[in-house]
Amino acid sequence: MPDPNAQTGKAMIEISGVTRKFGAFTALDRVSATINEGEFFSLLGPSGCGKTTLLRLIAGFDQPTEGGITIDGQPMEGMPANRRPTNMVFQSYAIFPHMNVQENVAYGLKRMRLDKAEEKRRVEEALTQVELGHLGKRRANELSGGQRQRVALARALVMRPKVLLLDEPLSALDKKLREQMQVELRHLQKQVGITFILVTHDQYEALAMSDRIAVMFDGQIAQVATPKDIYQRPVTRQVADFLGGMNFVSAEVAAENGTSLTLKTRGFGQVKTERPEGFVVNGGTATLGIRPERLRVLWDDDRSENEIAGRVVDRHYFGEITHLIVEIPDLETPLSVIETNDFGADDIPVGSQIRLAFDPDALVALRD
Amino acid sequence: MMKALTRGWLPGYAILYIAFLYLPVMLLPIFSVNSSPIPVFPLKGFSMKWYESLWGNDIMLNAARNTLVVGTASALVATILGICAARAITRYRFTGKRPMSGVIMAPLVLPEIIIAISLLLVLLQFGLGLSLMTVIVGHVLICLPYSITVLVSGFEGFDPSFEEASADLGETTFGTIRRVTLPMMMPAIVSSLLVSFTISLDEFMVAFFLSGREPTLPIYIWGQLRFAAKLPAVLALGTIMLVGSLVLLTVAEMYRRRAARKTLTEAGGLFA
Repeated sequence: MPDPNAQTGKAMIEISGVTRKFGAFTALDRVSATINEGEFFSLLGPSGCGKTTLLRLIAGFDQPTEGGITIDGQPMEGMPANRRPTNMVFQSYAIFPHMNVQENVAYGLKRMRLDKAEEKRRVEEALTQVELGHLGKRRANELSGGQRQRVALARALVMRPKVLLLDEPLSALDKKLREQMQVELRHLQKQVGITFILVTHDQYEALAMSDRIAVMFDGQIAQVATPKDIYQRPVTRQVADFLGGMNFVSAEVAAENGTSLTLKTRGFGQVKTERPEGFVVNGGTATLGIRPERLRVLWDDDRSENEIAGRVVDRHYFGEITHLIVEIPDLETPLSVIETNDFGADDIPVGSQIRLAFDPDALVALRD
Repeated sequence: MMKALTRGWLPGYAILYIAFLYLPVMLLPIFSVNSSPIPVFPLKGFSMKWYESLWGNDIMLNAARNTLVVGTASALVATILGICAARAITRYRFTGKRPMSGVIMAPLVLPEIIIAISLLLVLLQFGLGLSLMTVIVGHVLICLPYSITVLVSGFEGFDPSFEEASADLGETTFGTIRRVTLPMMMPAIVSSLLVSFTISLDEFMVAFFLSGREPTLPIYIWGQLRFAAKLPAVLALGTIMLVGSLVLLTVAEMYRRRAARKTLTEAGGLFA
């Protein structure tokens, strides 16, 4: 399948059938993926899903039990971390405390035996890239969390790696700084054009920064897709759930072919959807999903081709949005609806009858 | 009620306890500057003559030299072995780790006289002559538990990602140890060196059995105690050793604390 968001189309990292076992525990189970040159690729999943293990295998801190990894066409088997064209930003940043910022950034360059002026120029260039040019003489314990993160970035980027690995780099920062750094990291990646691989458990972070996301559960990749596709067209219930709220509706398979499914549901009627990859018709039932924000409240005389009526049973106010829980007579579980507050959704009384509009395209068939 | 009672009582108890422990030690410097050769109150007058008498004493100076050699060598060997052991204990999981740690720490609780006699028997069986070398071997055994205690707490606070970061930036294993591990562990290493040296400095039992014809200072002092007339000079020597030990331990602790502040690591120490 051609990749919709490839930067140059050239594969930078090929992961083929990688398994990593720790005793009886299988951390990674036959994982395969291709990461392209210049791509911002995220490994997203809950803790313990194997995403950090995979990153450490790419970095060379650990070896796969089975399978192999190639970077830029070179097989990495038996290649230690210090000879790989990758550099890492650690979750703890691992800024050397006995050195100042400049010495930290110059650490890897020392082994290249560049002449003094060239080394200095590259250190300054890297520090300017992360906007820390003025702090070169500071010691590690005189830096804030955000500054440490920038030093870790500069120290890795100064090596001009083919691939930059980021292990939950923003998890130690407060919310505001985290959001600012997401934008900056994304800009930086575009600017330097290096392949970035980000490990995160924060779906918003992955959605905001990545070209493509691999969602992982229990040592396996469940889906690889662009942020938009992975959010709007998840292939499994688990992926859908991990990336945000989703209403699940059980349906009957009325018709099927290789690329599409026609599903009949109570409430939403008959819907034709894309057939998710690997979907097996099993007993003729399927699950349909629709995101809460894709259900729209219809006011007074508003009409829509696709309507569904119900009763508001609960309401939660979140500032810019309101979360409504709507009971539909034909459905076993109430629907959750997210509506922005510009039309007064926050004033809809609990217990009132409302009508909801939906776009049939927003309904996706899911694998269980 | 209870509170009022303990408030008056506990500090008094603490002061008495400390006085009982440390007053005898305080007598040492006091009598060492007394002009009378007999250590009784009232004091006769101030005099530095006992200190002066030490400088001309070749046997004493030789013992002092022996002590320095043994102390330095034992501290170095115990610390080098300690670094290896502490790293193995904190970083790796291996079978026999617990028994091994137990065996290393055993000299802390074994009676020193047993250690000394067993070592003596073994060395004699192997036909090795007694010398400063044999004392060093014994002292390394005794210093190692202290050295490892200091170093393990240093290595425990050492995040493995520092070494991974170094490898990631292209450094070899050896280069990583030289540029990252050792500098970051320096406070714990210096602490271990000074603590080991101090322990070797005043160790008597092992030195007594294993030193042969090369006495260390504690052996020399013990020998002098048989002669009442030599007592004031011994008091003077004892005072110098007391002050020396205190200075060394204070420096070790100050260095450790300053370095721990500077490097954000908890380097660990016996007196933390």
